[in-house]
Amino acid sequence: MRIGIVCPYAWDVPGGVQFHVRDLAEHLIRLGHQVSVLAPAEDDTPVPSYVVPAGRAVPVPYNGSVARLTFGFLSASRVRRWLREGGFEVLHIHEPVTPSLSLLACWAATGPIVATFHTSNPRSRAMIAAEPLMQPALEKISARIAVSEYARRTLVEHFGGDAVVIPNGVDVGFFADAGPRPEWSGDTIGFVGRINEPRKGLPTLLEAMPEIIARRPGVRLLVAGRGDEEEAVKGVPKEVRDRIEFLGMVSDEQKAALLRSVDLYVAPNTGGESFGIILVEAMSAGAPVLASDLDAFRQVLDGGAAGELFPVGDASALARSAVRLLEDPARREALREAETRHVRRFDWQTVGADVLSVYETVAAGAAAVAEDDRGGWRNRLGLARD
Amino acid sequence: MSIWIWVAVAVVLVGWYLSWTAGRLDRLHARIDAARAALDAQLLRRSSAAQELATSTLLDPASSILLYQAAHAARTVAEERREVAESDLSQALRAVFAEPEQAAELVTLPGGDEAVLDLRAATRRVPMARRFHNDSVRAARAVRRHRIVRLCRLAGHAPFPQAFEMDDEPPAAL
Repeated sequence: MRIGIVCPYAWDVPGGVQFHVRDLAEHLIRLGHQVSVLAPAEDDTPVPSYVVPAGRAVPVPYNGSVARLTFGFLSASRVRRWLREGGFEVLHIHEPVTPSLSLLACWAATGPIVATFHTSNPRSRAMIAAEPLMQPALEKISARIAVSEYARRTLVEHFGGDAVVIPNGVDVGFFADAGPRPEWSGDTIGFVGRINEPRKGLPTLLEAMPEIIARRPGVRLLVAGRGDEEEAVKGVPKEVRDRIEFLGMVSDEQKAALLRSVDLYVAPNTGGESFGIILVEAMSAGAPVLASDLDAFRQVLDGGAAGELFPVGDASALARSAVRLLEDPARREALREAETRHVRRFDWQTVGADVLSVYETVAAGAAAVAEDDRGGWRNRLGLARD
Repeated sequence: MSIWIWVAVAVVLVGWYLSWTAGRLDRLHARIDAARAALDAQLLRRSSAAQELATSTLLDPASSILLYQAAHAARTVAEERREVAESDLSQALRAVFAEPEQAAELVTLPGGDEAVLDLRAATRRVPMARRFHNDSVRAARAVRRHRIVRLCRLAGHAPFPQAFEMDDEPPAAL
């Protein structure tokens, strides 16, 4: 199958959507499909051979944070050229409601279009204002995919209609087969995420640390992720600071080794999550998971059967659960077993097959993806010439 | 004099808007047709797989009869009773594959794994195709309910789109 995928966010900036697009593209290529990914990237950025750069991403304030987006005349014409030259049987766009490449592609194409909705942002004013403009573009999407039941619910509330739920994929084997490192093992708690982003919840975990250290003096907290370490530990007592190791930004291999080594993985996020891929990675690596009770996390953890939950932002509940888990190897072993069973549905084998079924369902019998002729008035007046 | 220029501009704008909306509706109807064809194909694929399994002697006679009857009804029923017949087939499939052991045993028989794979793929794709179809129906209905669309009969003679409602829950053990 010839598949065109559009990624709305800059290729060289790490992020959930980018990783998802990369893994999906590589999985499909391994299965023998022809895949081309259109993504914002400068022409001289080194990109894999399947990526077509669509120009520079510009940082713009959008929806309360700075997003790096690509739009404008030049990008639109690159989108059209990519569509013309690709001859795709199916077009898969990600995050079609961000004002970026995905929306441009949706606007410019006709034919079988599949769209994946990753985030579940509350309906913003800009979105309401732009709805009359966006609706005709969104109407062209033949199949919508939501990454979780939670994301599907918000999608249905915002735009009506329906979507199928296909979770984000994880290469389970990669995490399961990673080798643990002795220096990260033995009474360790792991945390992965941007450390200055309050929604990732590191402050809650730091608040819980004194209580955990009081009960388990040997405990160490390993923090992986980019950000300002000094700022993160501002106001944290010295004895707690000594028990924290900042690893900075880690590679995929290091992350897998970290998740394989720790006795407990804590996800204290306070909101803004629609999936929680890091939980799936931790589960794949067999790290017992303790996560805040967000809708998305609850779902990924099979309603609490494949990991423990604590009330969002409640540091003392976090501390109690963490101590209980650290003191109970049998419970951790039971969680590991539940995780191994549960995580299979997130493996690329399963997820990739589901995504392909969606492609086949919409592409069967349909014409290939083509450029939308929006000089349509010429058609309608019978003046179009081929 | 200048008033006529404004009137002409307004007429052109209204005409352009109507033509654009008609094009948009046309595309929505085409999307429904494609989604409906895909749904039909998936339903047919499912009933064929079920019927094949029922006549394969891989299943016990009671399950075979049950499944054959439901699959045959789903394939041959008149259009207006189709939703009920397809729901019955979903129920029959769930009854036959109520226990995980059933699928596990089928896989060990010669030719069984292929039959199970076919049926599994088909039962998973029906709900997908149905969601996509009903989603396109909803989008078209939203546009067709606009006053101007009804007033100017922009939808032409196309019938008002109907959702396809059925029980499509796949058997959990399959």
